[in-house]
Amino acid sequence: MILHELIDYEILRVIWWALLGVLLIGFAMTDGFDMGVGALLPFVAKSDTERRVAINTVGPVWEGNQVWFILGGGAIFAAWPPLYAVSFSGFYLAMFAVLAALILRPVAFKYRSKRDSAAWRSGWDWALFVGGAVPALIFGVAVGNVLQGVPFQLSPDLFSRYEGSYYGKFVGLLNPFALLVGVVSLSMLLTHGAAWLSLKTEGIVAKRARAIGTVTGLLTILGYALAGAWLAYGIDGYALSGEVVTNGPSNPLYSEVARTGSWLSAYTDRPWIAIAPVLAFIGMALAVLGLRAGREVSTLLWSKLGIFGAISSVGLTMFPFILPSSLDPRSSLTVWDSSSSHQTLFVMLVVTVIFMPIILAYTAWVYKVLWGKVTEKDVTGNSDTVY
Amino acid sequence: MELDVVELSRLQFAMTALYHFLFVPLTLGLSVIVAIMETVYVMTARPIWRQMTKFWGTLFGINFVLGVATGITMEFQFGMNWSYYSHYVGDIFGAPLAIEGLMAFFLEATFVGLFFFGWDKLTRVQHLVVAWLVAIGSNFSALWILIANGWMQNPVGAEFNPDTMRMEMTSFFEVMFNEVAQAKFVHTVSAGYVTAAVFVLGVSAWYMLKGRHMELARRSATVAASFGLAAALSVVVLGDESGYSASHTQKMKLAAIEAMWETHDAPAPFTAIGFPDQEARETHYAVEIPWVMGLIGTRSLTREIPGINDLVATAEDRIRSGIQAYDALMMIRALRDATPTPVREKFETHSGDLGFAFLLKRYVDDPRNATEEQIEQTAWDTVPTVWPLFWAFRIMVGLGFAFIAVMAYFFWRSSFRGQTYPRWALRLAVMIIPAPWIAAELGWFVAEYGRQPWTVDGVLPTVLSVSHLSVQDLLLTIAGFAAFYSTLFVIEMGLMLKYIRKGPFQDVEETEKWNARHEQRLRASIGTGNGNGFAAAAPPAE
Repeated sequence: MILHELIDYEILRVIWWALLGVLLIGFAMTDGFDMGVGALLPFVAKSDTERRVAINTVGPVWEGNQVWFILGGGAIFAAWPPLYAVSFSGFYLAMFAVLAALILRPVAFKYRSKRDSAAWRSGWDWALFVGGAVPALIFGVAVGNVLQGVPFQLSPDLFSRYEGSYYGKFVGLLNPFALLVGVVSLSMLLTHGAAWLSLKTEGIVAKRARAIGTVTGLLTILGYALAGAWLAYGIDGYALSGEVVTNGPSNPLYSEVARTGSWLSAYTDRPWIAIAPVLAFIGMALAVLGLRAGREVSTLLWSKLGIFGAISSVGLTMFPFILPSSLDPRSSLTVWDSSSSHQTLFVMLVVTVIFMPIILAYTAWVYKVLWGKVTEKDVTGNSDTVY
Repeated sequence: MELDVVELSRLQFAMTALYHFLFVPLTLGLSVIVAIMETVYVMTARPIWRQMTKFWGTLFGINFVLGVATGITMEFQFGMNWSYYSHYVGDIFGAPLAIEGLMAFFLEATFVGLFFFGWDKLTRVQHLVVAWLVAIGSNFSALWILIANGWMQNPVGAEFNPDTMRMEMTSFFEVMFNEVAQAKFVHTVSAGYVTAAVFVLGVSAWYMLKGRHMELARRSATVAASFGLAAALSVVVLGDESGYSASHTQKMKLAAIEAMWETHDAPAPFTAIGFPDQEARETHYAVEIPWVMGLIGTRSLTREIPGINDLVATAEDRIRSGIQAYDALMMIRALRDATPTPVREKFETHSGDLGFAFLLKRYVDDPRNATEEQIEQTAWDTVPTVWPLFWAFRIMVGLGFAFIAVMAYFFWRSSFRGQTYPRWALRLAVMIIPAPWIAAELGWFVAEYGRQPWTVDGVLPTVLSVSHLSVQDLLLTIAGFAAFYSTLFVIEMGLMLKYIRKGPFQDVEETEKWNARHEQRLRASIGTGNGNGFAAAAPPAE
């Protein structure tokens, strides 16, 4: 088949880099509020009825939202196999923790209200809290580590090895900068969850959500600014040295990498990317104001804009790096040397172009059917159609 | 067995995959059965069918969520525990997994929420469409997963790229229409239908034994028996299709399943029962049925099926050829663009056997330095342990035929004996509820264990596929999964039993209203004399 020659390898790589961003952002925008609601649950909802109201705002949609994450994993596997191979095994125990949390969460949604016992329900409420808060934190910690470089090295066979003992690897992830990014990520998704609850509930639950969301929103803005400053002055960036081949085979060892200067030099090379952090600040600030003023739909949209800006700022700052190696910079994975083959990227793009619009269309239809607030009457009246 | 990273990674994968596969078959089948019931509801408007849909839908939901949750583990585990595998074949293997998400999983997961929450928000027909979309989504998921798995069994449409040190896709079309994948898909999906049919039949039989919810139980048993009979027949027929494709794609697996040490003159006999002895390379006390193996495996009376000893000899040749490929690969890697044409040509000739050279890495770092003994030993390593395959396969097939018998009996009783069943048959139906799960897990075992020592048949050995992890890493996660999964299993079974005991939610008001309207319609039709059935049944007017 020569059809794939229609689109240049280099362009396909950039498209897939962007699509990776789209999937991560899609995940944070949709499943983000599910996780936020889970993590907020003990604080915004005290009685069982209140908790059921909060849970039922995401009850019908969390399952579909979570697919963004699963699809993200699948897309990394298909389009960036070296990234999938190196990162999933390198963050082994952290991934295990994420997995455990993500398994716990669906089960908690589904099983919580299937028994009347108070102990049973409060146990699952904790599961929802953990299932929301832990992944939100770990994703941020992972991003914080990626920005600093991860200690792996590729052998000539492209087998990836890691430095350090098994617990050392895990504890090493929890360094101050990474934890800061983790806090930003957690508070960002808490704010997003609060914006969702303010839209979908009324009365005391919505009021509490707005109060907490205002605080976490401010914390997000502060933490994001602090992390940016730290990145500018405290962390070395990576740069490709030597000839840059953008159409070559996907072998990270074929390129030369130097650890010089700052990540923020990207903003002098490509000034237009400053739009991403600007959008992050605007979105988050307007979300905070919206929460205070009690605006509903617009607040959720501003929060989404903030998420879009924050996540894309990380990707744009690092471009073309995807996963730099602190142990052996030459092993670093970049957009130009860690993708799938030309043919696979093309086939996957065709499939995505066909199915993504269909997915967006039916997802929109489902949200439209479910439009409106979830009230106490909804959860007390229909015991067999709600959680 | 000594504890090393390879064995522990295999153990963890087997554990989590077998566990995941406890929920998948029921999801596949029950989604369709529920959609069928709802179709009847929409066509007849009888409330009982709505109650059936909701009741079985609730059980479906309890099961579905664990299938989804444990499926996430499967997708992540390739990267976590099988890092080199992911690098080496991700270019091909990743694509079906991602397409599964795009095409199938999004569909099923987005609509499953609406299925449960949408009863009051959708019209009848809309809700029916949602139910079918969930069923179609689940079944399409299975298709893409089995295309991925089929490629591990029969790696078509790909070739090795020395620059990137991995397999790369040459034809997506071949990967998608891989005959092994297609045969596996239909076999696995019908196995899921049988599982759900046995489950629905068993639970309904239990209600009938207790004399509870007879309306629901009788109707459900009829649906289960008719759907189950068709499924049980196709699972055997399509399983035979898998066997036929294995006879030319995975000869070693087939020979091991059959414990066929020597090549037999065509048509080969089928060993019904026997005791395979790996050391002596023979099968003791074998009971053979003449011709059958040749007929199943080759669908001819003249083609031979090679035995294990001959296949080992072939493997030895391929190892030697693989060493040539490895030698050329090392030169290509050192010289890159400056590689002389003869070296490239040598690589082209032998690259199909490169994987066999990698098998030697278990004994030597550089396959080119392998001794004759190591080559011979490695050739014998290509034979999986025979007896577990031999027995697992026979139990699975035996169960498959048993399901046909049970389903046929219930189908006959439901169609021609007025939906009445003797108590012994009902008891039997309850007792065999776990049987399809046993058959399904054994089927997975035969397919995956039979592929050893490879993760991708003939391409990548299992020992090379792992991640750079420590034994402690693995012990920790294995213990974690064991504890976590066992707890979830107990909780799930508890809920299943609770909801089965509780039975369907009978909306009395709705049922009575419908009955009243129904009687009115009947009376009206008798009154005017044009209602066919009832007018004819009325006494003659003479």
